[in-house]
Amino acid sequence: MANPTGIGASVRRREDARFLTGRGTYTDDINRPGQTHAVFVRSPYAHARITGIDAAEAMQAPGVIAVLTGADMETDKVGSLPCGWQIHSKDGSPMKEPPHFPIARDRARYVGDAVAVVIAETREQAKDAAELVMVDYEELPAAVTSLKALEGGAPLVHDDIGGNLCFDWHLGDAAAVDAAFAQAAHVAKLDLVNQRLVPNAMEPRAALGEYDRATGEHTLTTTSQNPHVIRLLMGAFVLGIPEHKLRVVAPDVGGGFGSKIFHYGEEAVVTWAAKKVGRPVKWTAERSESFLTDAHGRDHVSHAELAMDKDGNFLALRVATIANMGAYLSTFAPSIPTYLYATLLAGQYKTPAIYAEVKAVFTNTVPVDAYRGAGRPEACYLIERLVEVAAAETGIDKAELRRRNFVPASAMPYQTPVALQYDTGDFAKNLDIALPLVDYDGFAARKAESARRGKLRGIGFATYIEACGIAPSNVAGALGARAGLYESAEVRFHPTGSVTVFTGSHSHGQGHETTFAQLVSERFGVPIENVEIVHGDTSKIPFGMGTYGSRSLAVGGSAIVKAMDKVERKAKKIAAHMLEAAEADIEVKDGRFVVAGTDKALTIGDIALQAYVPHNFPLDELEPGLDEQAFYDPKNFTYPNGCHVCEVEIDPDTGVVQVASFAAVDDFGRVINPLIVEGQVHGGLVQGIGQALYENCVYDEESGQLLTGSYMDYCMPRADDVPSFTVRYHEDQPCTHNPLGVKGCGEAGTIGASAAVMNAVVHALSEYGVTHLDMPATPERVWQAIRRHTPAQAAE
Amino acid sequence: MYAFTYHRPKSVADAVALQGRFEDPKLLGGGQTLLPTLKQRLARPSDLIDLGQIPELQGIREEAGGLTVGAFTRHAQVAHSDVVQRVIPALASLAEGIGDRQVRNMGTLGGSICNADPSADYPAAVVALKATVRTDRREIAGDDFFTGMFETALEPGEIVTAVHFQTPDKAAYAKFRNPASRYAIVGVFVAVFGSEVRVAVTGAGPSVFRADDMEATLAQDFRADALNGASVSADGLNADIHASADYRAHLVRVMARRAVEACG
Ligand SMILES: Cc1cc2nc3c(=O)[nH]c(=O)nc-3n(C[C@H](O)[C@H](O)[C@H](O)COP(=O)(O)OP(=O)(O)OC[C@H]3O[C@@H](n4cnc5c(N)ncnc54)[C@H](O)[C@@H]3O)c2cc1C
Repeated sequence: MANPTGIGASVRRREDARFLTGRGTYTDDINRPGQTHAVFVRSPYAHARITGIDAAEAMQAPGVIAVLTGADMETDKVGSLPCGWQIHSKDGSPMKEPPHFPIARDRARYVGDAVAVVIAETREQAKDAAELVMVDYEELPAAVTSLKALEGGAPLVHDDIGGNLCFDWHLGDAAAVDAAFAQAAHVAKLDLVNQRLVPNAMEPRAALGEYDRATGEHTLTTTSQNPHVIRLLMGAFVLGIPEHKLRVVAPDVGGGFGSKIFHYGEEAVVTWAAKKVGRPVKWTAERSESFLTDAHGRDHVSHAELAMDKDGNFLALRVATIANMGAYLSTFAPSIPTYLYATLLAGQYKTPAIYAEVKAVFTNTVPVDAYRGAGRPEACYLIERLVEVAAAETGIDKAELRRRNFVPASAMPYQTPVALQYDTGDFAKNLDIALPLVDYDGFAARKAESARRGKLRGIGFATYIEACGIAPSNVAGALGARAGLYESAEVRFHPTGSVTVFTGSHSHGQGHETTFAQLVSERFGVPIENVEIVHGDTSKIPFGMGTYGSRSLAVGGSAIVKAMDKVERKAKKIAAHMLEAAEADIEVKDGRFVVAGTDKALTIGDIALQAYVPHNFPLDELEPGLDEQAFYDPKNFTYPNGCHVCEVEIDPDTGVVQVASFAAVDDFGRVINPLIVEGQVHGGLVQGIGQALYENCVYDEESGQLLTGSYMDYCMPRADDVPSFTVRYHEDQPCTHNPLGVKGCGEAGTIGASAAVMNAVVHALSEYGVTHLDMPATPERVWQAIRRHTPAQAAE
Repeated sequence: MYAFTYHRPKSVADAVALQGRFEDPKLLGGGQTLLPTLKQRLARPSDLIDLGQIPELQGIREEAGGLTVGAFTRHAQVAHSDVVQRVIPALASLAEGIGDRQVRNMGTLGGSICNADPSADYPAAVVALKATVRTDRREIAGDDFFTGMFETALEPGEIVTAVHFQTPDKAAYAKFRNPASRYAIVGVFVAVFGSEVRVAVTGAGPSVFRADDMEATLAQDFRADALNGASVSADGLNADIHASADYRAHLVRVMARRAVEACG
């Protein structure tokens, strides 16, 4: 009988009851006796010298406890927010790493850069007083876009970083690529922009700092995806607090999409200020503050060229990308447009030679870092747009061109020319499932039907592969990571047979409390209700790396499996002793410990009780207790992959694009909970569609003011913007190097969707001769494209 | 938000009296514009006078060849009103297309027209349906009410009590909404009264305006295709990151066509 809460069961998310009924406990829900409130004074200028700060009047305002500045932090020797990844330029020089203080000292470098903090009895009082802090700014010209920042004579974001260039990096074999291009029968070329996005987690960032005078212990409660990483970075580099005196708690967190990975200045400020004022200090971002200060995503400008032989076989790919870093380096920023991007440029294709160059640029904008997909959507978008251009130019059917160039399943494991080794994947199979699913052959008829209604119709593909489950620590280290990337777990059986699992992964919407519990339920036959998943508190869980890069199940889940292996080994020994059998004769069947060939059996509950009440226990061989810890360091990345197909309908009169249908066929390896996987795909697809059609972060190119600083102007996709999705997956290609065979599904939807939508949009517009359109395909952009390509006499 | 004192009068007379007593009072309708303004600390009224408990400002009545809608009628009430759906269905559908459900459940007709947002929907109906705006002290013709971007003919402290819309022979409203805010990038209200055709355009310019050329054309030949030759000048139209003036000009014609088609 299948375990109703085991692997493969669509168990409803246990955490949803509390989330949906407003009973979650988020950082802002936590209040401490004597708590004070922090409000930041932020720069209204993109670039300005701070020549003086007069807080005298603010200090007199009702309820004000302190007004603190960068100078105060300097006096207390507070350090700079560290960057967790070091890239080296082509010439071997290390990337430029300017200091990034939690509160700016003498220069503000983006609109929203913190300049001072007011701490008061209430939030309103702090806001009132913040208006009274007199900051003397000397406004400086700003370098806003990456292209302008690179131009000679552009204003310098950091005086000592010439040309605003953080690094000029490359990957691949330039000579081999040049040679292949020289042989090419056809070269497809494309310039494209992957626009900047605002992450928009539903819960804004918040942080609560506390200091216990008696024990000297600091506690930071924060909206983080990885509390141990924050403890390490903030403790060791910023505030100089040793780990045993610093606790970081990330309670319920309402979405992150990457933006809550990073160590932000506000976290350090509240922790530091709590000791200074001797009271807890809380800060919660307002939505407009989130727009201004959460690390943004994407922001690439690229040129790409694909060389083909006369049959459309890909010979080589050449890519040059300019990546906007913003004003400072956010925690993982340098890794995103490099090792999480260029390494994926092979996509699903056996292109033998690839060369990518990436220039990372400082600008007077908020830092840019990982955002759902982080580098991989940028890679997928570039390749898949380019392949679509190649198909159009060569006249080869776009599905066929892809199929012709796929890495065949028989070639696995496959070493790409850009550093990765794919373990498994059957890309042709994904396509084979997708084509009938979307009735590819019926497209012409559907297009004709749309045309009868005066509408344009297009179909677009995106095949993607991503490197998830980041990462083997030795590989990451060799590529510049300044941290390991393993995961931790502890599986603790209690005397009466219930279980607490402590995981270093962090759930902020992913459903770990359900999926992880299913692993335990499957293994030991315990009902899921008896399994508690604990995460997010450095004082409870072993050192963990947290959740991002679709790594929780592949890395965190594998750590749980390893800990369960240890539990099982010990439990077998205890069972052998209790049942007076040889350990070798104990088998685990449906969660029961059975003496092979007999009906003598124990449940894990029986064994756990004996482990904690060791009256009949092999004490000379074993310690009491049933509580095991494990760390899992992956052997390779995992490689989720899939084929997404989108159909759009466009109203040529207005330029409005409507997603008519969307099908996603994915290979996530083994699926633990299909319901959760489908939910992750749905959310990812909407996010990818959001980038393709709606979302666009716009700064004024001169002043550096954020023009899309609220939902009145920053367009998020809504439920009524998207169709009902068709989602399929297959489990034929499990990951070969982790114990669960899982690959990860958290980012896949976002990675494939944008390219599929844009390919469909351009396809629909191809009858006007449109060959490319940058995202987002807003009504006006589409209308302008049609207009540009419509001969004047045919305009009416 | 800065601190303010909150009042909830039970009659228009009380609201008027209250306004006289304070230094910088502000009337509160559904709060959909005013509250975000206060939250962002862009306004600092001493007192807020909530119009939500005044019976005279409520209700929808069939009256004098049209509909009278109380100033405090929420958009959702107009959208779902049987009377509105029967008498001027175009008005109900306009209200149903405002913002999102939450906004429609709070926002009011009075608040909308007093705010005179260039991209609000109701101004197009007020002008196209030859409305009369009633206040605590006078009646103002719909054609004279909107005087500019966020500007109306109201005097300081004047309270809108109701709007009377005339029943057209046929009418329709076509809106091209801003995908982010869902306000109108362009909205065109076409109404036919006997031989008179009114075409009121909102969203496109600083304030609602009538498209005279189109009105003349349609008065001769009330067909969507009759507008094919009509060109709308982009001069003076709004331009922002969502839509250029050119695009807005183009949309005016497209939406006008759609409204005419929807008139049947
Ligand atoms: C997200 C969002 C989307 C929206 N989308 C649309 C849309 O698509 N189309 C659209 O037309 N509108 C839209 N709106 C506007 C909304 O529908 C309201 O009509 C508008 O915000 C004002 O109406 P209110 O009743 O909320 O007035 P309030 O915000 O309370 O007041 C607005 C102004 O009018 C004054 N006022 C209010 N009532 C009276 C009165 N009776 N007499 C005199 N002065 C008065 C107030 O003092 C204030 O100055 C949107 C708003 C939001 C927040």
